Amino acid sequence: METLINKFKKAAPKAALLMAVAAGSALQGCSNTDGRNAGSTAEGVASDAASAVYVAPGKHDELYSFLSGGFNGQVSVYGLPSGRLLKIIPVFTQHGENGYGYSEESKAMLMTSHGFVPWDDLHHPKLSRTDGMTDGRWLFVNGNNTPRVARIDLTTFETVEVMELPNSAGNHCSPYPTNNNEYVIAGTRFSVPLDMKGGTNDVSLDKYEEEFRGSISFIKVDKDKGDMDLDFQILVPGFDYDLANGGKGPSEDWVFFTTYNTEKAGTLKEVGASQNDRDYLAAVNWKLAAKYAAEGKAREMPANYYHNKMDKDTHIAKSTVKKKVRYLLPEECPGMMYLLPAPKSPHGIDVDPSGEYMVVSGKLASAIPVFSFAMMQDAIKNKKFDGEKNGIPVLQYESVLKGEVKEPGLGPLHTEFDGKGNAYTSMFVSSEIVKWKLNDLSVVDRMPVYYSVGHLMIPGGDTKEPHGKYLVAMNKITKDRYLPTGPELAHSAQLIDISGEKMKMLLDFPTVAEPHYAQAIPAEKVAPNSVKFYKLDENKHPHAVKKEADVSVVRESKNRVRVKMTAIRSHMTPDNIEGIQVGDTVYFHVTNLEQDWDVPHGFAVMGANNAETLIMPGATQTLTWVPKKTGVFPFYCTDFCSALHQEMQGYIRVSPKGSDVPISFSTGKKKQNIPGVASAQ
Amino acid sequence: MKIYQKVLMIVAALSLGLLFVFPMWKIYLKAPQYPEGLELHIWVNKLGGSSESVLQNFNILNHYIGMEPIHAESFAELKFMPYIVIAFMVTGVLVGLIGRRKLVLGWSAMLMVAGAAGILDFYLWLVKFGTNLDPKAAIKVPGMTYIPPLLGNKQLLNFEALSLPALGSLGIFLAISLSLVVYYFSLKNKTVTRDISSGKVLVR
Repeated sequence: METLINKFKKAAPKAALLMAVAAGSALQGCSNTDGRNAGSTAEGVASDAASAVYVAPGKHDELYSFLSGGFNGQVSVYGLPSGRLLKIIPVFTQHGENGYGYSEESKAMLMTSHGFVPWDDLHHPKLSRTDGMTDGRWLFVNGNNTPRVARIDLTTFETVEVMELPNSAGNHCSPYPTNNNEYVIAGTRFSVPLDMKGGTNDVSLDKYEEEFRGSISFIKVDKDKGDMDLDFQILVPGFDYDLANGGKGPSEDWVFFTTYNTEKAGTLKEVGASQNDRDYLAAVNWKLAAKYAAEGKAREMPANYYHNKMDKDTHIAKSTVKKKVRYLLPEECPGMMYLLPAPKSPHGIDVDPSGEYMVVSGKLASAIPVFSFAMMQDAIKNKKFDGEKNGIPVLQYESVLKGEVKEPGLGPLHTEFDGKGNAYTSMFVSSEIVKWKLNDLSVVDRMPVYYSVGHLMIPGGDTKEPHGKYLVAMNKITKDRYLPTGPELAHSAQLIDISGEKMKMLLDFPTVAEPHYAQAIPAEKVAPNSVKFYKLDENKHPHAVKKEADVSVVRESKNRVRVKMTAIRSHMTPDNIEGIQVGDTVYFHVTNLEQDWDVPHGFAVMGANNAETLIMPGATQTLTWVPKKTGVFPFYCTDFCSALHQEMQGYIRVSPKGSDVPISFSTGKKKQNIPGVASAQ
Repeated sequence: MKIYQKVLMIVAALSLGLLFVFPMWKIYLKAPQYPEGLELHIWVNKLGGSSESVLQNFNILNHYIGMEPIHAESFAELKFMPYIVIAFMVTGVLVGLIGRRKLVLGWSAMLMVAGAAGILDFYLWLVKFGTNLDPKAAIKVPGMTYIPPLLGNKQLLNFEALSLPALGSLGIFLAISLSLVVYYFSLKNKTVTRDISSGKVLVR
């Protein structure tokens, strides 16, 4: 009897959910007229969709997914299949929520040769790889607007490195790691008139054809630590470089780039860059390029670019300004680079898991060409060339073409693979996902998506062995899909089950800003390494205080005061500070003394012109404050840490400039023991 | 005493060494926001736990109710107890070598007394911490004391406390029971001798 009750208890939530879904669609059926629901919402939705994506309270998702935030400069982390938002990782954008880009420690992360650039357009996340498979160590992402590549450490989910790229403009074609992260490769979207001194020439815009050049950067990645270093660049013809992907297996020495504007138009590119019927897929042998660079073929030019790194012991970011860069010219490096003609203005280039097929999604083309790596090798060997462009051989289209996927849909953008011989292509214009077979290039299934899908992502779909269970479509337009929120609407992701013959729609969830590409990885490759807190003993921050007895408030110079303070449940030490004067620059170095999981403390002070700072257990963070008025100003902990969180607060007295109020500080009254442990240690 | 009995006695003495390898007692705390639990480990010579900073975390929680912070330095026992254990081990080995059963019984009895004294001392500490509360504590529940259980579990506000002997205590248990076994069998030695003299064969 009891087991029967238990069974019922277990089944009840699922049953209730199914009933709710059923009721929902029934309601939808009768309420269409009042405009509250979209017409075609239920098309293709699997009957068991609710239970397929239901992750019960307290249970974990099967996969981590990392969706770029596009114009918010961040990465959003979602659990799959639930679509639950787990975290937002600030990368190129200041984040008031935790002080990233505001705190003294993190400001340097956003430094560039253009000064402090606290925003960027983050398009493509790529997970680090081992043997062509994602390894869950790092996530590389690109900054499109002010060319940068960043690295996120997946033990802390924090941005730990940002590298600016010289000779690049619009770092869209980026970042593409090779199969063992030997290099992360980044191509420029805009070609620019390089002055060969690390900048661009002040030339007439009419000179596009003669003066403009593109670049492809080869960033070396330290095998163990992940540290990046710009090894060399290849200066390429003045096209637009759009997207790239590395080969695998037989093609693993190669990386492929789509190009457009091979017409070299400098204005009204929507027309000017759409004149040639064929643009190019550029194939670069990165191993040979590295060899040429190592063997002295590389020249050197002056440059000026920032490399910002977060120190893991001090949690302080430091910028190094690099003053030179090495470069190769393809015309001097035979065998390194070839051009494959591809239908007009291609967008995505994706290499299948075997490494044999290169799929080019030509957004304006009526068919999807599939190139064969074996045929490409053969064409190179037999010199089946169709002339050359800027000294780079152009291969004959037919000599490298395996075939075309006919009538796939309108506006093909990107393709990923399930590892079972199928490819899936996103169709921006006809707003659908199209499944086709790699062997005979026949279309076998279609799934409408809402609306105008950009990238799609299969977990591991760009690796040697795709996960192959789910597909995430990232849609640019949502219109009537969710409750309206004024003119600005959320973009959406749709989760599709691809485990069977037919695709099944499972889930639809709004996303943050504009995801372009995404990556996903089985949770067990990341979760076990997740850091719970920082060890106080290992905190090497120069202004850390590790016990309450060591806190200090010191006037270092006429206008500068340094406060070294601590936070622990549920008080700050000191919490009474006097002797500050109007116009002082006050540095609050707050050390979180906690050594337990999930006990951050926040610090905010009234009138601060920056943000709060959120301090993880064991870490030290610095907020700068310049009081402009006399009086008493409160400060407090912003992260609800404990039952007495509301009591975790203090006061600073600000006196006029030149006042004789001495610096003094305390917590608790004299001779009264400060409750808690840290004081007694 | 027979050789095997002497060996067993030495084993009994040496099993006290477990006290230096494992904690004697463990106090487990469980609360909704501590899914991973908090464990305080009491050793013969130190305090430890499920993580390096467990004492700090215990103390942070305890300070709200005005409990005095727990520090290893506050317990003189942790300094002299190891010497007592070593003394027992050395004398136990000597008793084994000498092989006189009255000494075995004496050793065993003294160890029992020492063990009981240890448990009593532990209980007195629990009472002291659980009742000696700061009158300025943030959380005061009228009539509430916070004496953790000596053995078994008890609900203390949001925490469920469970207290159990750990593997180190097994060392004491082994030492006492093995030495008593030795004593018991050595009592039989005379009987065995008699049996042999009467010509019977003893089969074990």
